[in-house]
Amino acid sequence: MILLTVRSLTKRFGGLTALNGLDLQVTPGEIVGIIGPNGSGKTTFFNVLTGMVPADGGEIYFNALDRNLLTEKTHRIIGMGISRTFQNQRPFNNLSVLENVILGGHCRTRGGILSALLNLSWVRREREELRSRAREVMAIFGDRLLSMEDQPAWTLSYANRRRLEIARALTSNPKLLLLDEPTAGMNPAESIQLVENILGINKKGTTILIIEHDMNVMKRLCERVIALDYGEKIVEGTFNEVRNHPKVIEAYLGREQ
Amino acid sequence: MKNQLRLDDHKGGSQPNAVSPLKSPLIKVAELFGFSKWYTKVLIIIFCLLIPFIVHSNYAMRVIIYIGLYIVLALGLNVVMGFTGLLNIGHAAFYAIGAYTTAILMVNHGVSFWLTIPIGMVLGILFGIVLGFPTLRVRDDYLAMVTLGFGQIVYIVANNWMGLTKGPRGIPGIPAPTIGFWDWKIVIDSYPTYYYLILFFVFLTIYACVRVRNSRVGLAWMAIREDEDVAAVMGINLVYYKTLAFGFSAALGALAGSFFAVFQTFVSPNSFTILESVIIITIPILGGLGSIPGTIIGAIIMIAAPEIFRAASEYRMVALGAFMVLMMIFKPEGLLGKKLYEQTYKA
Repeated sequence: MILLTVRSLTKRFGGLTALNGLDLQVTPGEIVGIIGPNGSGKTTFFNVLTGMVPADGGEIYFNALDRNLLTEKTHRIIGMGISRTFQNQRPFNNLSVLENVILGGHCRTRGGILSALLNLSWVRREREELRSRAREVMAIFGDRLLSMEDQPAWTLSYANRRRLEIARALTSNPKLLLLDEPTAGMNPAESIQLVENILGINKKGTTILIIEHDMNVMKRLCERVIALDYGEKIVEGTFNEVRNHPKVIEAYLGREQ
Repeated sequence: MKNQLRLDDHKGGSQPNAVSPLKSPLIKVAELFGFSKWYTKVLIIIFCLLIPFIVHSNYAMRVIIYIGLYIVLALGLNVVMGFTGLLNIGHAAFYAIGAYTTAILMVNHGVSFWLTIPIGMVLGILFGIVLGFPTLRVRDDYLAMVTLGFGQIVYIVANNWMGLTKGPRGIPGIPAPTIGFWDWKIVIDSYPTYYYLILFFVFLTIYACVRVRNSRVGLAWMAIREDEDVAAVMGINLVYYKTLAFGFSAALGALAGSFFAVFQTFVSPNSFTILESVIIITIPILGGLGSIPGTIIGAIIMIAAPEIFRAASEYRMVALGAFMVLMMIFKPEGLLGKKLYEQTYKA
């Protein structure tokens, strides 16, 4: 049983090849880490996977659907079960924390404009259900988001905005969660706590792909790590295998003279 | 290692729980009469219903009716600009479409006024969709130019299509609408009856805007305003929701147009120039983009102020312009607008 299959995925920006024939398979329930130096194509991979950036070649198959994910529109992908967070924090700044998290569940509801105008009872029920679902998700982070739920998102601290993005991505109950540097800018204590949160999310059955530079976080989270450089997968294996692999050291530090 | 770092678990974290700011007694009293209180709403409705009994001058009633008309127009525009964050400098086009639909159908084909409203609104929605589609590809300044062009196209067509709109001569003699069942009948041809008609439309518009804003659709619009790309990743169909915003806004614009036609009993292209679009745009910006009460207050100020200060003749326009400039410097979010993290609506 395989959740995600990526085959020779390629993306070029002008002359720069951001992804060069990337292959990857993810089985359900895994946490897979993606590492690599800056500009090695990690975030581009997430962007292509969620349809934000069109790919130049390759195939992506997800969850027994026999359609190439690359042909799908961006807004349909979350409905299939892939949701993500962003490296450069992008909550909806002027909306409240609760509204942000509710928006993550947009694809799971279907109230339209006419039902809103007539204020039909099923729409009200749907809204209430989504609201309680959002609170349920926020409860993963204890009181941190719940106590701020009516505040606009921009008033949140840096770390809380990261938590908010994760909560927003979880409202739709995704099968695959893409985390793009979730602990960037957090202090060590917060990082460790976030690791616990992510493990908790994984235990409930969400498969996770995570980009991260913090090796302590990676060590605690990932059974499997892949290292990218110039858009190519250079090494794949357990954390310790990858970490000490000469190719990875070369990619980060350069070749020894 | 985890044991040493317990400190963070005590909700201390990086951010303590939000403390609600201390409120002075004056603000507490003011809050008792906030818009959200049901008795405030009832008081406002009763006051609105009593206006024709308080105001006897036809001139004042005319100004009040115009305020109602512009509330409907501005609230419609607010859906596109305030909620969805798309600049539209051609809203008068929808206004014109509603007005001409009512005028032509009533004068040439003898259709009932009440039937011309939905027809005008449907036409408005169709044109809104027509405008919505090209705007999906353009953003920011280019969007402003496309909508400006659309407004001009409708104006120029109305001015030149002699066969349909009679061009600059306009369409006179639009009959008064009637409400009647069997032998009971009211003809809407006096100021109080016009007033109640527009008041009904204003309430209908406010109801629709509030309902939609608080729904899943309104939330999706606001997400698009905040960050289009993220909204798409969150599963919001940008094509559908942007077109929907233009359609909804156009329907309200056309509703105002239908009323305008029977109120003036005459429509000509001169009522739908670019100046009209500009006046409609200033109202939600002045009142606070995205704020429904703000837009209403903006309409009252923008329409009533030039009339109140009529004695000051030309100087009132200078003063109004200066007032707008000062507003933009000291309160760019508008009178009742929310202070935004950043100006997210893109000009």
